[in-house]
Amino acid sequence: ESVDPQQTALLLRKAWTLYSVTPLYRFRRARLREYARLLGACIAAEKQKGLAVEVGAEQDIKVALSSLADLRGSELDQAALLVQLSSRSQASSRNSEDKLVWSGWFCSVFGDDLSENMPEDFTSLPLFLSHGAESYTALVGSWFQKTFDCCFRRLAISPQNLSWMVAMWVGCELDRAASAVELVFSVPRLSHPLDISYAIHPEDAKALWDTVQKTPGEVTQEEVDVFMDCLYAHFHRHFKIHLSAAKLVKVSTAVASAHCDGIVKILHSQYLPGVLMLLTELAISQIQ
Amino acid sequence: HLATSLPLPSERDHLRPRIDLVVFMIDIKSKYSLKNVKTSLAHVDASFFLGKVCFLVTGVGRVNACSIETNAICKLGKAYCSPVLFCELELEGIRVATAQRLLRMLQICAGHIPGVSALSFVSLMRNSDDD
Repeated sequence: ESVDPQQTALLLRKAWTLYSVTPLYRFRRARLREYARLLGACIAAEKQKGLAVEVGAEQDIKVALSSLADLRGSELDQAALLVQLSSRSQASSRNSEDKLVWSGWFCSVFGDDLSENMPEDFTSLPLFLSHGAESYTALVGSWFQKTFDCCFRRLAISPQNLSWMVAMWVGCELDRAASAVELVFSVPRLSHPLDISYAIHPEDAKALWDTVQKTPGEVTQEEVDVFMDCLYAHFHRHFKIHLSAAKLVKVSTAVASAHCDGIVKILHSQYLPGVLMLLTELAISQIQ
Repeated sequence: HLATSLPLPSERDHLRPRIDLVVFMIDIKSKYSLKNVKTSLAHVDASFFLGKVCFLVTGVGRVNACSIETNAICKLGKAYCSPVLFCELELEGIRVATAQRLLRMLQICAGHIPGVSALSFVSLMRNSDDD
């Protein structure tokens, strides 16, 4: 169950933009090198066409595709697929290091709902996370869409799902001092947009969650509602503002942070599979 | 008549016409609106729940801004034996269609449609439960 720490270091502490992806048709693990070559050629061709990706880009983009064998939930899950774009500036010397310009990865953690009845030629990797320039994301995305007849869609996170995330992550046991729990709300229907940031001491938040949660390891909608209502009531007592009438747009804990636009940052390696399982579930419900 | 919550102010009781239908509006983007509706329900006389109450859920077009679980609202509708209507006010077509539905329901509740009374709503709901 443990994931290679070197691999996870690539994944932690980066802001990932989330997408849901429909199953890939006729994707073959054995052909990763060939796919990397084809994708590299596609990117070079786009550059030739004059679609400048970065200003002053005198760089060759090298594409690497690799499998992250340990990054999955169960045996039914496909191993994660990592795509990395690196550049080596032509101006610098031969033995200068490649610089990682963009990375994206497909994964499925306990995505059994989708992979269960998957016909033979299809590979189910419903969650896609990207980090780097949007132009590269678009290039890589359209190559995958053309090659494997799949469909990418931005994955937004509703306030309801954000509430689940903060409740679950607040309850996580952490060995070292945790950072504050922060909830950011956006107030609707005002002439000037107003954001409210509500920071809670992590121990207080965990203590509150521990009194609400009845069965360790199980979280119910009711418990999440009670937890959030307590936080709202506390805020109202002090500031006379009903946060429940505002829109929850971002949650931050020591485990991970998530924004309603579908941007996630995972901070703690121990809980990486748990967070990915949640996100896989969201991706699958967007696909179905 | 529009009100942000119940009970209605008692000063105007004698001027108020008969109330035929109460529509509770819940904004799916605001948990507060659900809470407000739940507290207001306590101020409604039991006789209204024989077809003269309905729940109108707005903002359902934006799935990604959802702050309330739809199950919770459906449970509320079942608990109070009242229909739950879903609509999106930002779309004119749906807005108009919803207004027409409410108007139709109001006509029935006010007794303007011969042969159909508010009690029909209750029996219609029970049938779908038995399925």
